Amino acid sequence: MTASPFPILVIVVPLISAFLIILLGWLKKSLCYPFMIASLMATVFFSMAILRWIIHHGTLHYYLGNWDPPWGIEYLIDPLNAFVLVIVSVISLLIGIGSKPMVESDIPRKSIYFYCLFLLQVTGLLGIVVTGDVFNLYVFLEIASLAGYALIAIGEEGAPFASFNYMIYGTIGACFYLLGVGYLYIMTGSLNMADLSKLLPDLYASKVVLMAFAFFVVGVAIKMALFPLHVWLPDAYTYAPSSVTSLLAPLTTKVGAYVLIRIMYGVFKPNFSIEVIPATTILSWMAFFAILFGCVLALGQRDLKRMVAYVLIAEIGYIALGVGLANRNGLLGALLHIMNDALMMACLFLIVGAMTYRGWPRQMERFTGLHRKMPITMAAFVISALSVIGIPPACGFFSKWYLVLGAIDAEQWLFVAVLLISSLLNAILFFRVIEYVYFEPVAKESEVKPSEERTKFMGNEAPLTMLIPIILFALAILSVGLLSGTIISLVIQFALPANF
Amino acid sequence: MEQVIGKYNYWIYIILMMIGFYAMIGKKNLVKKLIGMNIFQTSIILFFISTGSKKGATIPIVSNGHEGIHRAIEAFQYMNPLPHVLMLTAIVVMVSTFGVALALLLMIYRRYQTLDEDEILRLRRK
Repeated sequence: MTASPFPILVIVVPLISAFLIILLGWLKKSLCYPFMIASLMATVFFSMAILRWIIHHGTLHYYLGNWDPPWGIEYLIDPLNAFVLVIVSVISLLIGIGSKPMVESDIPRKSIYFYCLFLLQVTGLLGIVVTGDVFNLYVFLEIASLAGYALIAIGEEGAPFASFNYMIYGTIGACFYLLGVGYLYIMTGSLNMADLSKLLPDLYASKVVLMAFAFFVVGVAIKMALFPLHVWLPDAYTYAPSSVTSLLAPLTTKVGAYVLIRIMYGVFKPNFSIEVIPATTILSWMAFFAILFGCVLALGQRDLKRMVAYVLIAEIGYIALGVGLANRNGLLGALLHIMNDALMMACLFLIVGAMTYRGWPRQMERFTGLHRKMPITMAAFVISALSVIGIPPACGFFSKWYLVLGAIDAEQWLFVAVLLISSLLNAILFFRVIEYVYFEPVAKESEVKPSEERTKFMGNEAPLTMLIPIILFALAILSVGLLSGTIISLVIQFALPANF
Repeated sequence: MEQVIGKYNYWIYIILMMIGFYAMIGKKNLVKKLIGMNIFQTSIILFFISTGSKKGATIPIVSNGHEGIHRAIEAFQYMNPLPHVLMLTAIVVMVSTFGVALALLLMIYRRYQTLDEDEILRLRRK
């Protein structure tokens, strides 16, 4: 079986079904949800098939309209793409399954448009990962962002304003990226990533190339919310509906991290950002402050969703730190953390969504007695919390382990220290929540009454369509942790840039 | 001086970009921010189009192409069409961003009856 049409099918299937879903919704509303799940499943199948092809046969090329690479758009899939592609498609499928109860309770009348936007968002994210053309990447970046703005604005009271702010920042980021593309085009006359990486090394002394690199990195850093440019993230992700946050929070930032790795180590050769200019050093110091800042600000939050949003900023710092360390272990840690963090954040935000769905407030002082009402969800919360802290069987430990090893290899003891301190701070953060959930005595039974009419067994647990993804995420966190050695030897070690 | 006059289109691009940037960050009214965003994006279009143009060049259509293949095509006589095509895509992106932004502003205005950033933040804090 040839795998050649799969790279385009991965994009086309969700894109076409995004528009078909509206037509289908006019016909019969109840068909929308199964249809979305079916197309997401097809996407997962295609991305798995691509990954299998990559493992057996190596890099996969697809030329759009059969135009040869430097002129036409090329979809180039190497182990790095395939790895991120599988993460994006699998997580969006699970979140898609889990979104149903939240959508039907939050926006019952407009669920069709929600599913349409959801698929467009997934299309954009998958497109960013698949494409091998810098301008095509910009277009997909904007597809993903525009769908994201609209999705965020659905949320609660502050959502449209947060979404507008995000839009201003996001547009600056995307425009900077576009300027970077323009500067590279002036110098090389090419937009193809593989072609650029061949043409650029002779031009590394040029100021224009330097400027292009700066625009790229700043633009992508805004999209992935790296520390000084993170301002839009906490508001946008707190006010967005939980079904949206659980899709956007794990994936947009991780895809941004992928673009950063692709630009720094793919389009530009690694020695440019390590030796020609001190980009990696600057990046790791930004990451250093991102980790500290994210954790410390998370300490000040009483709202669980906002707290996790700040933890996310710290987690992005981990990935950027791994990229900035620029040695084998650091990059292994960064790539592994892209996967692990996507799983952890998806799980945490889905749990927050399940809690708000059952009528619980997000203020953590009022979580008392939650473990008796939602035992399985809370068990999953504990697992993902342990993973964020970095306790062995959970996957978060392994990526942090590699990051610490990378920092030791680079002899950057401050970075080792910040990684350990942030684990400590994460422990404080999450044990505080766990204490409220499990150990605080229930003061007055009458104080919190989420959906009282359901008194039968498990009546207050999250609905099954949400519970299954949550359980799957929790199991994935554990099994990915145990299998991380296999994953590294099968995929990730080939995803590293050459000479690492 | 020759740098300024000879490449005036690039200077205009930089000036426009800074105006847009200032409006996006410095202005308190959300509509002004949006207009700033538009100026910012337009300046990038000017930049891209400038990179494709040449003095005295014409549109890239090779007349009598099918019979005069043996005649060499001199590239300096033709403009580079690729930046224009890229900008067509970018204009589509711009228009849709503008549309989404206007829809968001409508939602904000219906909720707070104002489009002033400070005023909205004051109302939100209550």
